[in-house]
Amino acid sequence: MSLVYDDDERMLLDAAREFLRAESPVSALRALRDGADASGFSRDLWATMAGMGWAGLLVPEAHGGLGFAHMGAGILCEQMGRTLCASPFFASAVLGVTLLKLAASEAQQAALLPRVAAGEHLLALALDESPRHDPLAIATRATAAEGGFVLDGEKRFVLDGHVADTLIVVARTGGAAGEAHGISLFLVETGTPGLGIERQVMVDSRNAATVRLQGVRLGQDALIGTLHGGSPALERALDVARCCAAAELLGVATEVFERTLEYLRQRKQFGRIIGEFQGLQHRAAVLFCELELARSAVLGALRAADADGASLAAAASLAKARATEVATLAANEAVQMHGGMGMTDDFEIGFFMKRAAALRASLGDAYYHTHRYATLAGY
Amino acid sequence: MDPLETFRHQTREWLEQNCPHGMRRPLSGDALMDTDICWGGRKWVFSGDDQRLWLERMASRGWTAPTWSREYGGGGLSRAEAKVLAEELQRIRARPALESFGISMLGPALLKYGTEEQKSRFLPPIVRGEIRWCQGYSEPNAGSDLAGLQTRAEDMGEHFLVNGQKIWTSYADKADWIFCLVRTDFAAPKHQGISFLLFDMDSPGVSTRPIRLISGASPFCETFFDNVQVPKEQLVGQLNAGWDIAKYLLTHEREMISGLFGVTGAGQATPTEIAVRRIGLEHGRLAEPVLRQDIARLEMDAAAFRLTLERVRDEARAGVGTGAASSLLKYYGTELNKRRQELLVSIHGSDALGWEGAAFDGGFVARSWLRSKGNSIEGGTSEVQLNVIAKRILGLPG
Repeated sequence: MSLVYDDDERMLLDAAREFLRAESPVSALRALRDGADASGFSRDLWATMAGMGWAGLLVPEAHGGLGFAHMGAGILCEQMGRTLCASPFFASAVLGVTLLKLAASEAQQAALLPRVAAGEHLLALALDESPRHDPLAIATRATAAEGGFVLDGEKRFVLDGHVADTLIVVARTGGAAGEAHGISLFLVETGTPGLGIERQVMVDSRNAATVRLQGVRLGQDALIGTLHGGSPALERALDVARCCAAAELLGVATEVFERTLEYLRQRKQFGRIIGEFQGLQHRAAVLFCELELARSAVLGALRAADADGASLAAAASLAKARATEVATLAANEAVQMHGGMGMTDDFEIGFFMKRAAALRASLGDAYYHTHRYATLAGY
Repeated sequence: MDPLETFRHQTREWLEQNCPHGMRRPLSGDALMDTDICWGGRKWVFSGDDQRLWLERMASRGWTAPTWSREYGGGGLSRAEAKVLAEELQRIRARPALESFGISMLGPALLKYGTEEQKSRFLPPIVRGEIRWCQGYSEPNAGSDLAGLQTRAEDMGEHFLVNGQKIWTSYADKADWIFCLVRTDFAAPKHQGISFLLFDMDSPGVSTRPIRLISGASPFCETFFDNVQVPKEQLVGQLNAGWDIAKYLLTHEREMISGLFGVTGAGQATPTEIAVRRIGLEHGRLAEPVLRQDIARLEMDAAAFRLTLERVRDEARAGVGTGAASSLLKYYGTELNKRRQELLVSIHGSDALGWEGAAFDGGFVARSWLRSKGNSIEGGTSEVQLNVIAKRILGLPG
C-alpha cells in the first residue's frame, strides 16, 4: 500500500485543515481554559464536526457512519494537533468506536454506534490504574453476581471521562495482575449508582477524569466481548488509537516547527537574522529529518491498521515512540529558539508543549513502546 | 490478471531459471574487499562462472539498469515494474548482478544532459558492465567546497588539454573511464567556469595512486592528469555549464549512498539477530538490558528510515515528491550506519577487534566499523547535507 494519500484522503485533509484553522484555532483552546468551561470543549463545534461525519468517521455505514479507513482518523488527528482542537474525537470516535467495533455484539453496536456517529453520545475508555500506562495491570474487579456483575476499583487518566455518556471499563474477572487472560470489558452508563467521576484539569487544559467504581451493579448485557477474553480486542483498539495519538503528536510537532522556522527567518540579533547562524540551522535541519522519519512511521502504522494484519502492534509502537520523541524535541527546541517569548503564556508555543506532554503519557510513552517493540520482536 | 501481477509471475519464473544458486547467498566478508560484488569493466576478473553468468543474463534483459529505455540497452521497465523486480530479487536474496557508478551516477546525468550520440555510445556498455566508470570530483583543496576545484582543461582547438589532480576518486585504479569536473574558465565566478568531461583512464598522462584507509582497504585513489588530451565530443552539456550536471549527479550519489548504507543489506544478519545469538536471552529478553535498549532504538530508527525510503519512492511515483529528499536520506542513512557499526562492535566485544584470520572473518567487524566513518564524509559531509536542508528545504537565509 502506498505511503501517499489517495484522492479521498487528500480531500479530507484539505477540508479538515481549512475548517480547523477557521473554527478552532489555538485561541479557542485558550478561551476554554480561561473561561473554565465546564465540559472543556465546545459542544457547538462538536455538533458541526459530527455534521461533517467526523464523529462517525470510523463507524460502519450500516450504523450511520462514514466507514472511512483509519488513515482518515490519522489525518484528522494530525490537523487537530496543528490547531490544538479540543474535542472528544480521540476518546469517543477513535478509541471508543474502535473497541466497540472489535469487541461488541451486533446488538450492542446497533444500540450505541448510530448515536455515537451522530455525535449525541460520547464514549470514554476507563483503563489505566497507575500513572504509567500498562493495559495488563488491572486490579479493578468484576465479580459475578445474580444476573450480572459487580464492579469495584479506581481508574485514572480517563480521557474525556467527565463528559462521557458511556464508559468502557476494563476489569478483571479472573487471572492475576499482569496477565492478559481474565480481562473483560464492560459498558457502564454514567449515572449508574456507585459510579463516581471526578474531572481533573490537566496541564494541557484538556480533561482526564478519575473514575471510582464502588459496588457498581451491571446486567449480563453490559459485558462486551467474551468473559476473560477482552485483552486482544483491547490491545488492537489501543494500537489503532496509538497510531492516531502519534498522528496528533506529528501535527503538534509540525506546527511548532513551522512557527519556529518563521521566527528564525524574522528575528534579528547582532544585526543579523538569527536563521543565518549555522548553530541554529543545523538544529533545525536535524529536527526536520526527525520529523520526516516520524511522518513515515505514522503513515506506515496507519496503513498497517488498515491492512488488518498482525504487523500493526510493532508499527503502532514505532509510530507512537517516534512521534512522542519528535514532538518533545520540537516543543523543547521551539521554546529555546523563541527565547524569552517562548516562556510566556501570551505566546502559543507553550500550549503545544503542554499538549505534547499529555499525549506522551497517553497509551504509553517512548520508553514503554521501545520496550514493547523489542518484546514483540522476541528479544 | 493485473498486468503488474503477470509481470511479477513471469519475473519470478525467469529468475528461478536464470539466477545461479551461487548468487543467492549473502555477501561474505569479502564484500568489503570488493571481490564478492561484481563491478564489471575491462579489468574485471569474475569470482566464478556464477558471477559471470548472472551479469550476462541480467544484462541481456537490460535489468542491470531496469528503468533505462531499451534503445540504450536498459530494461524499459516502468517504476512500478522496477519495484516488482527489486522485490523479486530480494525474495530470492539475489546478489546484485552489477554494482556500477555508470548506472547509479553517470547514466542519469547522460540521459538528462548528453547528446543522442553520447547516449548511444556510452550507455549500452554501462548496462552490460563492460566499462567501469569513476568519478573525478574532489581535489586536495576542493572537498566540501567542491566548486573551488582547480583541475584545468584548456581548449586546444581539436581537443581539451587536462592538467591537475583529483583525490578520493573511488576505484580510480580499477576504472576504465572517468567523468570529471574541470575548470574551463578561470575568470568567471567559481560555479560558472566548470565543465563536465568524459575520458578514458588509459589516456596518456593519467596515473592513479591508491590511498590506504584506516580499515586497511584502498577504495579511494589520488588521480593525476598530466597533459591529458580529451576529444571535444566528450564534453557533456555546454562549456562552463558543468556545475548543473555536477549538482544533478550529486543528488544521485546521495541517493545511492543512502541506499547502500542506510539499511542492513539483503541476507545480512541484523544487529538484533547477532546480539541474540552471541549474548542470549534471559526470561525472553536480551541478557544485557541497557544494550537491549540501544539495539531496539537503532532497529526502530532503521525501520522508520526504511519507511522513509519507501515513502520517497511512492512520492516520486505519484509525482508529489519534493525532490529535496536526497540530503535527508544521505544524512540520516549514513549516520544510522555509523551507529549500527558502533553497536556491532559493542555486541562482539573483544571479538570485534580481530584484524586477520578465519577466526575473525578477516577482521570484518573491525574493518566495517572503521570504513563506516567515511560514510558521513564521502558524497558530501553530514554538515553539508544539513546546510542544504537548512537553506534549500527550510528556506533559512545565509
